[in-house]
Amino acid sequence: MNARGLRSARGRFGLGVALALLLLAAAGPLFAPSRPSAVDLAAELQPPSARHLLGTGENGLDVLTHVIYGARVSLWVSILVVILSATVGVFLGGIAGYGGGIFDETLMRVVDILLAFPGILLAIFITAVLGPSLRNVVFALAITGWTGYARLVRSQILSLRERDYVRAAQALGASHSRILARHLLPNAAGPLIVQATFGIPAAILAEASLSFLGLGVPPGTPSWGSLVDQGTQYLLIAPHVALFPGLAIAVTVLGFNFLGDAVRDAMDPKAVD
Amino acid sequence: MRRFASAPLAIAGSLLLVSLFLNLVPGDPVELMLGEQAPSIDREALRRSVGLDRPWYGQLWLFLRELATGNLRSSLPPFQRKVLPQIWAALPNTLLLTFAAMAVAILIAIPLGVAAAARKGTAVDHAAMGVAVAGVALPRFWLGPMLIILFAIKLDCLPVSGADSPRNLVLPAVTLGTALAAFLSRMTRASMLDILREEYVTVSRAKGLGPFAVLWKHAFRNALVPIVTVLGLELGALLGGAIVTEKVFAWPGMGTLLLTGIEKRDYNLVRAVVLVFTLSYVGLNALTDAVYAAVDPRVRRR
Repeated sequence: MNARGLRSARGRFGLGVALALLLLAAAGPLFAPSRPSAVDLAAELQPPSARHLLGTGENGLDVLTHVIYGARVSLWVSILVVILSATVGVFLGGIAGYGGGIFDETLMRVVDILLAFPGILLAIFITAVLGPSLRNVVFALAITGWTGYARLVRSQILSLRERDYVRAAQALGASHSRILARHLLPNAAGPLIVQATFGIPAAILAEASLSFLGLGVPPGTPSWGSLVDQGTQYLLIAPHVALFPGLAIAVTVLGFNFLGDAVRDAMDPKAVD
Repeated sequence: MRRFASAPLAIAGSLLLVSLFLNLVPGDPVELMLGEQAPSIDREALRRSVGLDRPWYGQLWLFLRELATGNLRSSLPPFQRKVLPQIWAALPNTLLLTFAAMAVAILIAIPLGVAAAARKGTAVDHAAMGVAVAGVALPRFWLGPMLIILFAIKLDCLPVSGADSPRNLVLPAVTLGTALAAFLSRMTRASMLDILREEYVTVSRAKGLGPFAVLWKHAFRNALVPIVTVLGLELGALLGGAIVTEKVFAWPGMGTLLLTGIEKRDYNLVRAVVLVFTLSYVGLNALTDAVYAAVDPRVRRR
C-alpha cells in the first residue's frame, strides 16, 4: 500500500466516520425524527417504513432516533475515558520512567495486578457494584485504561532520558519538571496520540458491551449497546431493532481503527506495510 | 520468570480490590431480604449469622477460610447453598467455550494469513485482510444475535441457545472466536512476510523444494513464535469476551454465574467467580510461557 496516512482511502473513511459521529453527537436533535422519550404504543416493533426509517422498538420508540442519540453517549464516554486514562497514565508513567526507584517498582506492580484481570471483567465488576451511570462507566473503563498509557510513556522516557539533549538540559540546570514537560513528553507524544486514537473505538466497544449487559448507562438512556440488548428479545419478530445499532457500532469502530492506522502511518515516516 | 513471581501478587491484589469494592455497595443483602421495616434486632442477628457485621477484611478472612475448607456458602438465602459446586458446574463450560473459540480462530486465521502472505498484493490478500479488518470491529453481542437470526431462525440448522448438545457450541464459539481470528490472521500474515524475506527461504526454493514445502515446512514453522505469543496474550481477552457471549446464548458458564451473582448480590459467589477468573487468567498465561518454550528452543535454553 503506497497511499499512506490521512490521504489514503481508509484514512479518509476513518476521518469521515469520526466527523460524522461528532456531528451527530453535537447536533443530533436536529436530525432525529422524534424525541428519544417519545412513546407510540400503536406502532410497537414495526419494520422500517417511510415514517420510521429504521423501524420501531419496544413501546414504539423510533430506532433511528435512538441510534442518533446513542452516538452522543458513545462519543462522550469514549472521549472522557481516553482523556482520563491518558492524563493519569502520562502523569504516573512519566514520573516512574524519569524518577525510577521504588515508585517505579510499585507502579509497575500495580499495573501487573490490574492487568491480571481480563479488562472487561473489572469493568463489569465495578459498574455492577457502583450501579449503572455514565460516570461509573467512565471510571470503570479508566481504572484499567490508564495502565497502557503509563507503560507506553514510561518506556518512551526510559529511552529518551539518556539522549544528549536531555543531558545538556540537565547540565544547564533545568529543573526535573521542566525537562519532563519541555523535553521528554513532547518527544513521546507521537505514540501517545496513536494510542489515544485506538483508545476511542476500544472505549466505544466497552461501553456498548457494558450497556448490553445492563451495567452501562442507566435504563432509559439511549445507547447502542442497550438498544441491541432490547433487540435480542425480539430477534424473531423484529430483527431490525438489534441490527441497526449494531451496524452503527461496527462502522464507528471500523472507522476509528482506520483513523488510528492512518495517524500511526502519518506519524512514522519509516512505516511500511 | 517475572510473570511467575507476580502471579501470587496479582491473585492477592485482585481479592483485595474486589473486597474493597464490595464494601462500597450501597445497601446490603440483609436489607433487601428482610425489607426496611424489619426490626433492627432481626437484621442484626441475620447479619451476624452470615458474617456481614464484620469489616471488609473480616469478611475476606471468613471467605478465605470457608473457601480453604471447601465449605464456601452463598451469602444469600438459602445460605446453605454451596458456591463451589456451582463453580465446578460452570467452569468446564466456559473453558470449553474459550478453547472452542480459540480453535475456530486458529482454523480461520492460519490458512487466511498464510494465503494472504503467499499471495501478497493480490485479490486474495486484499479479500483476506478485508475480512480481518471487519472482524475486529464486530461487537460480539451483535454478531451473536445476527448468527442466531441467520443459522437458528432463517436456516433453522443450529439451536438458538442453551448447552444441551455439541451443536449448541457452534454459534457461541464462532461468535467468541471471530475477533481473535481477525486479529490473528493479520499477525500471521505479517509474521509470514517477515520470514519469507529470509535467505534460507530463498535457499530452500533454490534447491528445488516445492512451494507447499517451503511455505509450510520452512516458513510457517518459524512464523509460529509470534503467533503463539499473541494467542496466549489473547486467551485472557477471550475469557472476558466469554461473559458477553454467554449472555447472548444463555450458555451456563462462569459469565452467566457472575451476572447472576451480581443481580442477586451474592457477594461470596461474585468474589469466588472473580477469583476463579483471575486464577484461570494467570494459569493460561503460564501455559502460554510453557508452549512458547516448546515452540522456540532459544527460550528453553535461557
